[in-house]
Amino acid sequence: MRYLPLTEADRRQMLGVIGAKSVDDLFRDVPDAARLTTLVDLPMHAGELEVERQMARLAARNVSAGSVPFFCGAGAYRHHVPASVDHLIQRSEYLTSYTPYQPEIAQGTLQYLFEFQTQICMLTGMEVANASMYDGSTGTAEAVLMAARVTGRKRVVLSRQLHPQYAETVRTTCEMADIEVVDGDAATLDDKTACFVVQNPDFYGSIADITPLSDAAHAKGALLIAVVTEIVSLGAITPPGEMGADIVVGEGQSIGNALNFGGPYLGLFATRQKFLRQMPGRLAGETVDAEGRRGFVLTLSTREQHIRREKATSNICTNSGLCVLAFTIHLSLLGEDGFRKLAALNHDRAVMAADRLSKVKGVELVTPTFFNEFTLKLSKPAAAVVDTLAGQGIIAGVPVSRLKPNDPAAANLLLVAVTETVTPSDIDALAGALAKVL
Amino acid sequence: MMNKQGRPTTATGGDTAGFTTISGHSGLDHEEKLIFELGRTGKCGVDLPEPELKHDRLGGLRRRGTIGLPGLSEPEVVRHFVRLSRKNYAIDSGFYPLGSCTMKHNPRLNEKMARLPGFADIHPLQPISTVQGALALIDHLAHWLKLLTNMPAVAMSPKAGAHGELCGLMAIKAAHEARGDKRTVVLVPESAHGTNPATAALVGYTVEEVPANERGRVDLEALKAKLGPHVAAIMLTNPNTCGLFENDMIEISKAVHAAGAYFYCDGANFNAIVGRVRPGDLGIDAMHINLHKTFSTPHGGGGPGAGPVVLSAALAPFAPLPLVVHGKDGFQLVEDPATAKAHDAQPYGRMSAFHGQMGMFTRAMAYMLSHGADGLHTAAGDAVLNANYVLASLKDVMTAPFGATGPCMHEALFDDSFLKDTGVTTLDIAKAMIDEGYHPMTMYFPLVVHGAMLIEPTETESKFALDEFIRVMKGLATAAKSGDKVRFEGAPHLAPRRRLDETAAARKPVLRWVPPAPRAEAAE
Amino acid sequence: MEHHTMTTKYTKDHEWVRIDGNTATVGITPYAAEQLGDVVFVELPAIGKKVTKGGEAAVVESVKAASEVYAPLTGEVVEVNSALEGEPAKVNADPAGNGWFLKLKVSNEAELGELMSETQYNEYLKGL
Repeated sequence: MRYLPLTEADRRQMLGVIGAKSVDDLFRDVPDAARLTTLVDLPMHAGELEVERQMARLAARNVSAGSVPFFCGAGAYRHHVPASVDHLIQRSEYLTSYTPYQPEIAQGTLQYLFEFQTQICMLTGMEVANASMYDGSTGTAEAVLMAARVTGRKRVVLSRQLHPQYAETVRTTCEMADIEVVDGDAATLDDKTACFVVQNPDFYGSIADITPLSDAAHAKGALLIAVVTEIVSLGAITPPGEMGADIVVGEGQSIGNALNFGGPYLGLFATRQKFLRQMPGRLAGETVDAEGRRGFVLTLSTREQHIRREKATSNICTNSGLCVLAFTIHLSLLGEDGFRKLAALNHDRAVMAADRLSKVKGVELVTPTFFNEFTLKLSKPAAAVVDTLAGQGIIAGVPVSRLKPNDPAAANLLLVAVTETVTPSDIDALAGALAKVL
Repeated sequence: MMNKQGRPTTATGGDTAGFTTISGHSGLDHEEKLIFELGRTGKCGVDLPEPELKHDRLGGLRRRGTIGLPGLSEPEVVRHFVRLSRKNYAIDSGFYPLGSCTMKHNPRLNEKMARLPGFADIHPLQPISTVQGALALIDHLAHWLKLLTNMPAVAMSPKAGAHGELCGLMAIKAAHEARGDKRTVVLVPESAHGTNPATAALVGYTVEEVPANERGRVDLEALKAKLGPHVAAIMLTNPNTCGLFENDMIEISKAVHAAGAYFYCDGANFNAIVGRVRPGDLGIDAMHINLHKTFSTPHGGGGPGAGPVVLSAALAPFAPLPLVVHGKDGFQLVEDPATAKAHDAQPYGRMSAFHGQMGMFTRAMAYMLSHGADGLHTAAGDAVLNANYVLASLKDVMTAPFGATGPCMHEALFDDSFLKDTGVTTLDIAKAMIDEGYHPMTMYFPLVVHGAMLIEPTETESKFALDEFIRVMKGLATAAKSGDKVRFEGAPHLAPRRRLDETAAARKPVLRWVPPAPRAEAAE
Repeated sequence: MEHHTMTTKYTKDHEWVRIDGNTATVGITPYAAEQLGDVVFVELPAIGKKVTKGGEAAVVESVKAASEVYAPLTGEVVEVNSALEGEPAKVNADPAGNGWFLKLKVSNEAELGELMSETQYNEYLKGL
């Protein structure tokens, strides 16, 4: 067993030092009734070659996005990740280190977290950002809980154009914490409302100026939480921080991270300085060491579970370390020019696709504004169309009915995401296939 | 023409005290500025085609002004992050005996498997017919977890241990509420991880502490006295945070169930017993499994993790969405409550968007297949053997508060009574270990022991590595007792940084870089 | 200094209370400040907040610890030491003086009798 260094001779010698007869003897505190006398009924150990074969067989039963014309988005986006990103995050010192609780020997992690926090502030137009949450949806739930803490109120309003699975995540969390959740708009706000949650670009791809919503929320003493599921959009459109948002949460997967069937991703979380102490999650801060040299530490930990226990701002313990690192490296490679160009290129391709596809008979573009994702209304139920096209080797997008199965109005809606990885011939292939089935 | 110019090739060198470099670097250890201080405008590390667009569809919301991101070429970015990496301690480079964290070897095969395009490059919402292999893998991993724990169900979507705790407590709350039973209290031992009380509070429960007995286990009688119709659950870590097996588990389970409550087991320390003890046989109702501990997915400097939760028959119907089911057309994903109902499930909701940490599932699966039933059994045995070897070797020079109660499980707990009157603290020992080339053990946790030092060697350390470590720890303990303060005061001396001023960091938080104010004087 | 001449009482949670007529000034004892370590943050209540004896009145934090400051007496918060918000180090430098937390208008003077005198508190400390 290649991962186990002890030899039988080692074990005997060590048992001698301990004064135990056998390894089993070390388990004598386990009640007899619960001690297994045989191995669990699972296969025996296997070499690398055999494991690779088994895993590759499973992988081969999936259609990878890069192998076909591919248009899925809805909160997870396929972007090209430079080769150096994956090389760097696999360095032992990043991959196999723990949370930086010993700052003297974790400056690498702490400094990139500080750089990441700065990048997130810049992208979102906010004042402080944490070192990440699990993902965008759980980050949104945390933001809602934070708004309830800040305002001392127990009612939240969700935009109807919020990603349905984000809304379900928020609803689940809030129900358990006895916070009322209602779907609505600015008119639904009242002076018992803790926050309004709005996504921009929204679930259907539309872009809106959310300033009037911030104003409406603030007029009721509520916070505005802005959700960004496609972070690349902030290279092209006005950031929520410039439109009055109090908390910005986002999904950072688009930068540096693969699709991974939905996880692991990284939740972005930024807010105003005045709410700093109500934030969940880890924070890296700058300081100096005993010799006066700049260094970084985890700070304001008294908000967190390992110190505050039941009074903590959240139970979160982990962050998305390696995903954050991938994000930070990719964004460093892009820089100002590259990030803006990437955003422009995405919009460019999406406009090209929207124009081409909406010329197909039976296809109507229902989102006049959009960044890299838009909604088409088809003349037939979208789910069946997507399945048919999948059979032809085209992944046409996400049928809205997959996420809103009980909404009859959603049946014919198709979400189409077009990133820089989509080629003009992919768009032609989709247009051609749609023309045949509609 | 031969080069006949020689140069000295013997080892020579003088006193380095007070030696400083011109560069500020220190040999292989480079001082490294922030990426924002290194970048310049007009550079980019990625080549992208020029966009052609004339008219945008951004609804008049085109971003104005600069974002402020620095521009760097690829070699500059690579060097920056390589230099930063060299300031980190890592399990690949040294022993990392961090108790309660299970810093074991992270096989690179796991990384290779997770990066197969058939796993890494698939979208969570692409048609189900195109992800049958992914769903099969989730189902396969679930099968292993259920067999290893002897539990009938598992919720795969929680994203970390604490998220798994949340999932388990939500299922417990849903189960009580389905019976119309309003309960308000969750019992948590004093020695628990901070996530336990924090999670209970998040789900709206009041936390009450259960004391430990003199053997470092839950005080069964005190627990029984606290049980009643208001108690929703107990959260108990087993093996516990003192590194001990809770030998009253079965009695605790009976008492908890008799009171109508549920038994949540924190599975952070499952590595000690995997393949040898099935928690389901101990009568638990829910337990999260940290794939990044027991099943070797990398810790990655703090994440990402994954925390699937196994559930008893009583809690299984309440598991959150999505569910993976096997039907006539292969695997299906149940993503909404109505469809779930058709499968006799009543999910309490959803933990997050999508279906969980697939990238961690693939890694854990590769690890499980590699070890197999026999390897996991041996691994747990070696983890416990290694910890007991450290305990037996150090308990005479350090002090082990529960050393007399019998063997420990996967970690050895010491307190600071051997440091009494030396002026040296647990923190000093930890920092001196850094100078000796070790990552410190977990310190000041669990809270039930004064100046706690919790050492978890894991099964992936050799006897040679342990002997070296034991020699060093004995040396440090002896040094502390003999008044050798130099080793401890202000340690570490040899790390990339000396002790950092955490007080200043917390009093005036600086959490982001800000550009320096533009100089007042005119340009040349 | 003037404040040492007034009656000072103590609680088991290491708060001190200085009584001046109907007003009680509250802080944490030098022992508590020492135990906490470098204070980095103080959260003070809103003026006008009604507190009950033993209830949470303020929060004091060091880098690795957070603890509640309990109201030693029932009453209404009439003043807080806002200087601590910018300079929490005052709590360590002068816990019994400049590092005070808040002033209460006492509503039940009978509760005073339940507090410890300085001698009693010093005895209590010896027993810890």
